[in-house]
Amino acid sequence: MLRFTVRRLLLLVPILIGLSILIFVWIRALPGTPAEALLGERADEESIAEIREQLGLDDPIYIQYLRYLQTLAGGELGTSITSRRPVTDELKERFPATIELTLAAAFFALLFGIPLGFFAAKRYGGIFDNTSLFLSLIGVSIPVFVLAILLKWIFSVKLGWLPSIGRQDVLITAEHPTNFYVLDGIVTRNWTAAWDAVKHLILPAIALASIPLALITRITRASVLDVQNEDYVRTARAKGLAEREVDTRHVFRNAVLPVTTVIGLQVGLLLSGAILTETVFAFPGIGTWIQQSIENRDYPVLQGGVLFVAIIVVVVNLIVDLSYGFLNPRIRLAGR
Amino acid sequence: MRKVLRAGVAAGLLALLVAAVASGSADKASQSSSTLVFGAAADPVVLDAALISDGESFRVVYQITETLVGLKPGTTQLAPMLATKWAKSNGGRRWTFTLRRGVEFHDGTPFNAAAVCANFNRWYNFKGAQQSSSASYYYNYVFGGFKTKGAKDALYRNCQARGSNVAVINLKRPYGPFLAAMTLSPFAIQSPKAMTDNDADKGRLTSDGVYQPLGKYGVPGGVASGTGPFKLVSWRIGDKLELERNDDYWGRRPSLTRLIFRAIPDNAARLQALQTGEIDGYDLVEPQDINTIKRNSGLKTLDRPAFNVGYVGINRSVEPFDNILVRRAVAHGLDRAAVVRSFYAGRGIVAHEFMPPSVPGYSTRVPKYAYNPNRAKALLRQAGLTLPVEVEFWWPTDVSRPYMPNPKNNFQAFAASLNKSGFKVVAKSAPWNPTYLGRADAGTAGALHLLGWTGDFGDASTFLDGVLRSYKQFGLPENYRLYSALDKALVATDADVRNALYRSFNNASMRDLIGVPYVHTKPALAFKRTVVGYRPSPTTSESFASVRKTG
Repeated sequence: MLRFTVRRLLLLVPILIGLSILIFVWIRALPGTPAEALLGERADEESIAEIREQLGLDDPIYIQYLRYLQTLAGGELGTSITSRRPVTDELKERFPATIELTLAAAFFALLFGIPLGFFAAKRYGGIFDNTSLFLSLIGVSIPVFVLAILLKWIFSVKLGWLPSIGRQDVLITAEHPTNFYVLDGIVTRNWTAAWDAVKHLILPAIALASIPLALITRITRASVLDVQNEDYVRTARAKGLAEREVDTRHVFRNAVLPVTTVIGLQVGLLLSGAILTETVFAFPGIGTWIQQSIENRDYPVLQGGVLFVAIIVVVVNLIVDLSYGFLNPRIRLAGR
Repeated sequence: MRKVLRAGVAAGLLALLVAAVASGSADKASQSSSTLVFGAAADPVVLDAALISDGESFRVVYQITETLVGLKPGTTQLAPMLATKWAKSNGGRRWTFTLRRGVEFHDGTPFNAAAVCANFNRWYNFKGAQQSSSASYYYNYVFGGFKTKGAKDALYRNCQARGSNVAVINLKRPYGPFLAAMTLSPFAIQSPKAMTDNDADKGRLTSDGVYQPLGKYGVPGGVASGTGPFKLVSWRIGDKLELERNDDYWGRRPSLTRLIFRAIPDNAARLQALQTGEIDGYDLVEPQDINTIKRNSGLKTLDRPAFNVGYVGINRSVEPFDNILVRRAVAHGLDRAAVVRSFYAGRGIVAHEFMPPSVPGYSTRVPKYAYNPNRAKALLRQAGLTLPVEVEFWWPTDVSRPYMPNPKNNFQAFAASLNKSGFKVVAKSAPWNPTYLGRADAGTAGALHLLGWTGDFGDASTFLDGVLRSYKQFGLPENYRLYSALDKALVATDADVRNALYRSFNNASMRDLIGVPYVHTKPALAFKRTVVGYRPSPTTSESFASVRKTG
């Protein structure tokens, strides 16, 4: 297990270097340059040339890249052109919002996806099964932002049940020691604020969870169908074990294994889905931040933000790989 | 197992139901009649007035601070603010401001002539990073130089405090737009003590070329202190910016006790937040949303007077556009009324000159060129040309501007009307920034190009010098003969003289057809019907002090 872990950790190094090169080159391939973004559209040629020189934009690209790596090594991601604040500071404020939303969405997807998939398999071919298949098809095919707009229109605009924007009612006074608003409410015992933060999470989390929910339902269903015909399940039944025992001990536990991989892969999807969901709900997370940085040509934010999200996806996938190896010994043995 | 799973699903559904029902309703900004929540498009960048250049910072700073010279609400007419009167002398090089008495900054220190001089001297003495245009854009624009950089070109000489309520500003040369420029929030008077105590002048130019304030003045979580009707309470990025009523305000006490700005970058989200009652109003309403708002009996829109211009630039260095007959043919060949009617959702008015009617110096006597394809063809023939005359016409991609929401639409309509008028349009396009703007400024964007401009403050120079001094764009010589009127107006300090100069320039420039202005647009704001007293201003100098909620 240790060798497996070390090997996977070592693999991270070339992946991260590759990522940083890709993002660096991609940003520079976009139309316009940081000099124009910084000075605005009324800038004259002279000031643009001055800024280009100041920022070293006329140096060869590999020199620029090495300089960028140097800044990164110092733990700095640059300064936002629009807000004039360090990218790392903004990241500290924005990241908890996205994590909170992603966790809420993952929670929602698991809470409903696993039971739905399980029951669909147990009632294979029945109405429940067909309905869940149909619904999961819709869940996968409906674009996240369409669902988000629809949910918002029904539950906020028409029914007025839930808030349509942000993370907290602006009329509530709350402390934010961790920037995880639900947690902040609990820690500071401000129950109104905690409950309000939960209310603000419901609609975006449901919208964001639509695709993972559908996938988890289908994978759980397929997996349960596979497992319940395995020899050991039939043996368990033949031994006279109660059906509930068979389901709990043998079917469910083994069927859930592939779902762990899916969850890992879904983190990437959830983070990219967050860009759209957060925009629709004006949720001040990484998603709106990156989306705004594209509009404002805020290169340091775009570069730092995308790199950060990419690292998160890579790391989460690593954790999933490791946990999968932990849960299923065959994986780590195969590596020997 | 099934029971456990069933219980799980049931609990989940129940949780959702409870959440929905127990929440009762969404946040209702309207719950309090003395609190107003305004939906901004972004957070402000900074609240140190001297360092602002973006619209959202302007909006908030205008509530907290005040300038010596103000504007009559909804106009570009000058009005007393922190100065009750002013007089010029020494050929327009000396401005003597008589200051309002009994005014205090939010930190309790007195507003007086010493405070005025401290602010003017602060700007002039900006050092290093603060001198960058990314930090002090408007000071650079108006005053041109600092004590330690470009002092020779600087407009400012010094400031003298005569007693406590007379401040004299000495300039190195007369500058016509001086008073109009002094209405800009970047020249608001802030508490010298608050700025010193909170290291307002501490900052650095980062490796990204951005000016980053490092003190506690004007930054999130920090302080800002002016004399305005509202005081800064708190500012947390991505959450809210909260102001409270200044109970010691020298003017009429605002009806609102709390004013909250909330950043909602997405246009559709701002509209829905207004519909749900989470905000009381917002700016930058999309033209396509106006009907939705008008259909809702609880909401209303307000028009902001036009303060921009969209135009078709003509490059006369490209033959045969050096010929005035050909330029007139272009003017008659552009169906401006149809474009304004079709693509501006009722928010546009047809432009006849390079500045909007709200700005002094606007002329009602400019020659007008109605759409007339036959007249255009006749003019081309008169110029000795064989029809159709080929013309390279450039338009920008990847951009939407208030004066040009969809450049492609404008281009296609103009191309069609020109093709009917004896021209043969060759379409060319490029991404807006930097390619398109670069080409337009350098005069390499064909013979015709689409462009526009938004003014900085209520003075004709911000339009006419702003647009038309870009001589290469129009293929003009650097010493173009009509520039002398602009030069004279820039140093004249008598309002009547200046306005007459600008009017005559407008007439002459439209006779010589530097380009063909075609639209001024009126941006819209949206509010709940219960919000009254908001006065939209062409320069967005809009105070919430006069706003109240009726329900």
